[in-house]
Amino acid sequence: MSLRLHGVRLPQTGFTLEIEARIDQPVAGIFGPSGAGKTSLLELIAGLRRPIAGAARLDDTALFDAGASLHVPPRLRRIGYVPQDLALFPHLTVRGNLVYGYRPPTSDGERFTLDHVAAVMEIAHLLERKVTTLSGGEQQRTAFARAILSMPRLLLLDEPMSSLDSRLKQRLIPFLLRIRDEFHIPLIYVTHDAHELAALCDEVLVLENGRLTQRGPPNEVLRDYS
Amino acid sequence: MTAEAWQIVLFTIDVSALSTLLILPFGIAIAWLIARRDWPGKTAVETLVMLPLFVPPVATGLVLLMLFSRHGPFGSLLRQGLGIEVVFTWRAVVLACAVMSFPLLVRSAQTAFQEVNVRLEDIARTLGASEWRIFRTVSLPLALPGISAGAVLAFARALGEFGATAVVAGMIPRQTMTISLSIYQNVELGHDSAAWPLLFVSIGIVFVTVLCGQMISKGQRAR
Repeated sequence: MSLRLHGVRLPQTGFTLEIEARIDQPVAGIFGPSGAGKTSLLELIAGLRRPIAGAARLDDTALFDAGASLHVPPRLRRIGYVPQDLALFPHLTVRGNLVYGYRPPTSDGERFTLDHVAAVMEIAHLLERKVTTLSGGEQQRTAFARAILSMPRLLLLDEPMSSLDSRLKQRLIPFLLRIRDEFHIPLIYVTHDAHELAALCDEVLVLENGRLTQRGPPNEVLRDYS
Repeated sequence: MTAEAWQIVLFTIDVSALSTLLILPFGIAIAWLIARRDWPGKTAVETLVMLPLFVPPVATGLVLLMLFSRHGPFGSLLRQGLGIEVVFTWRAVVLACAVMSFPLLVRSAQTAFQEVNVRLEDIARTLGASEWRIFRTVSLPLALPGISAGAVLAFARALGEFGATAVVAGMIPRQTMTISLSIYQNVELGHDSAAWPLLFVSIGIVFVTVLCGQMISKGQRAR
């Protein structure tokens, strides 16, 4: 995976998000304080927000190019997004949520079938339950599974564990590693929890006031913030 | 109650139901457009939709009469194109009920769409859904309790419609006579004893309608 963001500008309240970056690592972490622009950056990559300038490419395809008035709509980007509140469809069952963006597997064979993904995420026994009846951890795994089944080229995770206690977080980290190892989906993981980044990420980028101020391996970058 | 009174009750229920069914697709579409999209003239359309709530019903009836009379712009089109007469027929009753109850449906549906978490629609987009599919599978089902409540309000409003109907449809026995019109006419003629049963029946129907609406709303929210 190679995500290139060139001269991207997105006005925010009080500052402008300005990004120049190339992200190549399988799991990249975006770290920074609240209000730094982390969520806006993910929404921009997902196509939910339009920058006023700049361009972005994922591998060999353009995502947007403000100069050429190009903006690929989110439904065509094949970029998965799990927001902080998970945004599970409350009127659907777990199965209904999982199949919502389901793309039948082609060359990837059995890995992206509903049964397999549900088994890996350990939610196979919950398929007929309404999502509103699930525990916090079950909802997280359902949100991950739903995103995986859409076979994204890149998966964006916006502080998906922020509402969980530390014990539950520890139990969920292996599921995130399975997304990387079992399904080979590159991840961009936003958090302000240094422990999550250290456990998951190959590289950490620090975002402060809309600008990337530092990047490198987690142990080096996080040393300054521990 | 006399057979004629029962005919009036059934006719009123029929035209109210028909007018509610007719405005549902338009009301839902306009409510969604107002709640979820920005477009030129939106505020003007929003105001126009709400006008029947505030303009005297008789004035609304007069506007409808001008528009749908034989020589009115819509009336002449319908008569020449489809051979349909509107004013002083049962169709005028449906039209008046529809126009007068439309704002209630739109207002409820608009609020219902605005209460649907935008994030859910965004996520559906990232999952590859088209705007139409998002509307059908996310926005509409989640807004359904509010839309149902709006439809019930619209139906109840149509049951009690008087002013616009009197102007555009008249009070023609067995053709355009609704419960409200009949009560008014009976009182005017000093036949109070004929008005009372219709009054109680109309209160009963509206009570049951609003009660059903509340139960539907609560049931859908609980699911």
